Amino acid sequence: MPTEIGRAEVQQLVAGGAQLVEVLPKEEFDEHHLPGAIHIPLRTIDPGVRASLASGRPVVVYCWDSA
Amino acid sequence: MSARAAWRLESLGFGQVYDYAAGKSDWMAAGLPTEGAAAGRPTAATIARREVPTCHLEESLRDVRERVRAAGWDACVVVNEKRIVMGLLRADQLGRDGDVTAGSAMRPGPSTFRPHVAIEEMAKVMATRDLPNVPVTTSAGELIGLLVREDVERTVHECQGGRS
Repeated sequence: MPTEIGRAEVQQLVAGGAQLVEVLPKEEFDEHHLPGAIHIPLRTIDPGVRASLASGRPVVVYCWDSA
Repeated sequence: MSARAAWRLESLGFGQVYDYAAGKSDWMAAGLPTEGAAAGRPTAATIARREVPTCHLEESLRDVRERVRAAGWDACVVVNEKRIVMGLLRADQLGRDGDVTAGSAMRPGPSTFRPHVAIEEMAKVMATRDLPNVPVTTSAGELIGLLVREDVERTVHECQGGRS
């Protein structure tokens, strides 16, 4: 079950080597994204995503907010 | 959206998946840096006045008015104990008969805006709707600050290099 985390935990995880993934559409990623984030839109998350993400490292996903 | 992405990644075999549910909106509201074409450009969160006075529903309007004016303000955001925006007291509401509570004098359910909205967009909205100030909140309705139209217009002017 994915774990919901806050800002401080994001910073800690990323500092420890976690992969940061924004799942919003391209235009929104291109405007602003968190430092070091990679772009994997929600609709493109399929088995091919294993080529972009290391399965052995934590993954932090985000969009705009929970609304 | 991020919750679904997190579940999908887990279904694909990723074992340590975390969902930053408050997301980019929360990050930008905290004033943390971003990357991208618009990085560094002001947003609603950048210039929202975080020191805006707040009060609770049951406070006397007279007491609130004295406190707000003494602080040099003509607006006050009515919040609950979790800082969720309940209403807004602009100059008109603050000037009402003081023998009422803030809750009965306020404008209930004011339009609120998210911290990531570009300042140029805020300028258009505030001009079109003739809004002197608007609360900026998280998606959960928690107050971040009050965006004041003159601040917005000045910032847009500065971003345009002072062109008139």
